[in-house]
Amino acid sequence: MEKRFIYADNAATTAVSEEVLAAMLPYFREGYGNASSIYKLGRDAQRAVEDARDKVAQALGADPREIFFTSCGSEADNWAIKGTAELMAKKGKKHIITSVFEHHAVLHTTQYLEKHGFEVTYVPISDKGLVDPEDIRRAIREDTALVTIMYANNEIGTIQPIDEIAAICHEKGVLFHTDAVQAVGHVDIDVHRQGIDMLSLSGHKIHAQKGIGALYVRKGIALPNLIHGGGQERGRRAGTENVPAVVGLGVAIETATRNIAEKNAKIIPLRNKLIDGILKLPYTRLNGDRDKRLAGNLNISIEGIEGESLLLMLDMNGICASSGSACTSGSLDPSHVLLALGLKHEVAHGSMRLSIEENITEEDVDYILEVVPKVVGRLREMSPVWEKMMKGEKYE
Amino acid sequence: MLYSEKVLDHFSNPRNVGEIEDADGVGEIGNAKCGDIMKMYLKIDDNIITDVKFKTFGCGAAVATSSMATELIKGKSIDDALKLTNQAVVEALDGLPAVKIHCSVLAEQAVRSALSDYYTRQGIDPVPIVGEIKEPEE
Repeated sequence: MEKRFIYADNAATTAVSEEVLAAMLPYFREGYGNASSIYKLGRDAQRAVEDARDKVAQALGADPREIFFTSCGSEADNWAIKGTAELMAKKGKKHIITSVFEHHAVLHTTQYLEKHGFEVTYVPISDKGLVDPEDIRRAIREDTALVTIMYANNEIGTIQPIDEIAAICHEKGVLFHTDAVQAVGHVDIDVHRQGIDMLSLSGHKIHAQKGIGALYVRKGIALPNLIHGGGQERGRRAGTENVPAVVGLGVAIETATRNIAEKNAKIIPLRNKLIDGILKLPYTRLNGDRDKRLAGNLNISIEGIEGESLLLMLDMNGICASSGSACTSGSLDPSHVLLALGLKHEVAHGSMRLSIEENITEEDVDYILEVVPKVVGRLREMSPVWEKMMKGEKYE
Repeated sequence: MLYSEKVLDHFSNPRNVGEIEDADGVGEIGNAKCGDIMKMYLKIDDNIITDVKFKTFGCGAAVATSSMATELIKGKSIDDALKLTNQAVVEALDGLPAVKIHCSVLAEQAVRSALSDYYTRQGIDPVPIVGEIKEPEE
């Protein structure tokens, strides 16, 4: 078996695409003007920024004036949540609803707000990794300021019932934000039709560079300014525009949202082949709903082994993957997402996420399906936990 | 996670993996909930550790520290093995990331746990010789 290099961690980040890079390059050495300057060099830069804003708006079904560039998805999440909290607190609304399995950019922000007089309800997820919209309905109170639920989960890829949740929020007159960092470019999004009030996205997940994101804010929401200074982003987020990155994001989102159905139709059979192949190993389970998940995501728990060891061995075989084990997060607890699914700690430690894209080939899939059982076999052979499992002993 | 070449070497080619069926002392430390378990088997002849094997469930550092610990005590006297510190394991591996130091403590305790079992089997109270075995905190 010839060693291959397979990047199967696109949910972590992606390579800047050739067309994105080509679109960005002129804005480093030639079109380097400050977009706020009056002369042509500046006007050209401003035009490029506004052209990119149009593209982002177009991709989301929004108005360009509803798009604000940020430095990343986390910044967009922070702005949406803290900004809404500040805005609504003036009306005496100091309650926020989110879910237990959000990205830390959301969870750590709501935890911060809890220390500053806000009350937060964390709705659970089902064992399939889905939020129940009725849980949101039940959690909404008179003083609820915001509901924030991710569009698709970053670890298990499950796609949430965003339309239903948005409808409930509207019915109750509560603002709705969604972290769509993992969803953009993989599912069709139309913020106006879906009734989404705010949406966060990130460039580097869709082949733009790291360090650029955007927040969509529905017209009429007076979200407080994030950075005070000049008049950039209509005064709401001051700071000289990162023109090349903004231009890159525009091209990236246009490309990513162009042929979603076509791309997914190509990826899903290969993704399913990987799932079925890996699940042939005994004591494994797929985490998250099999169908209501991102086309390129698979997350499997493999009992008797620990995730970081698995990743290191996959890396030695040229496969880049990620895990929800404690050891890869630097904390003692495994992934909060896997624990929220109801997995035991010892099972959550042995999880593996692969996130693939349409460039993956049948040969790549076959290679992964050859390597994974070999590596798992090797780790289980040296695992005292596996030994006990095989003897039918308890290992907790 | 930045691992040294030595750690990666001991992870990918761990020394002394396996079990000893007629071991004179067997120790196990850690728990699956925390994500690390080490099991160590010793063969002891005339106070000399003539053979040692291990099995580990855990991260790259857990495997590498177990492997290195077995290397450091193999062929040594019990007295020498009792002097093994986690620091010696870390140094032999050219260092460990700060968040992985606890793995070296686990490796040290796995050796002591196996020696403790050895003394218990001999009908000797291990505590005055080996000391208390420290289980990792949850």
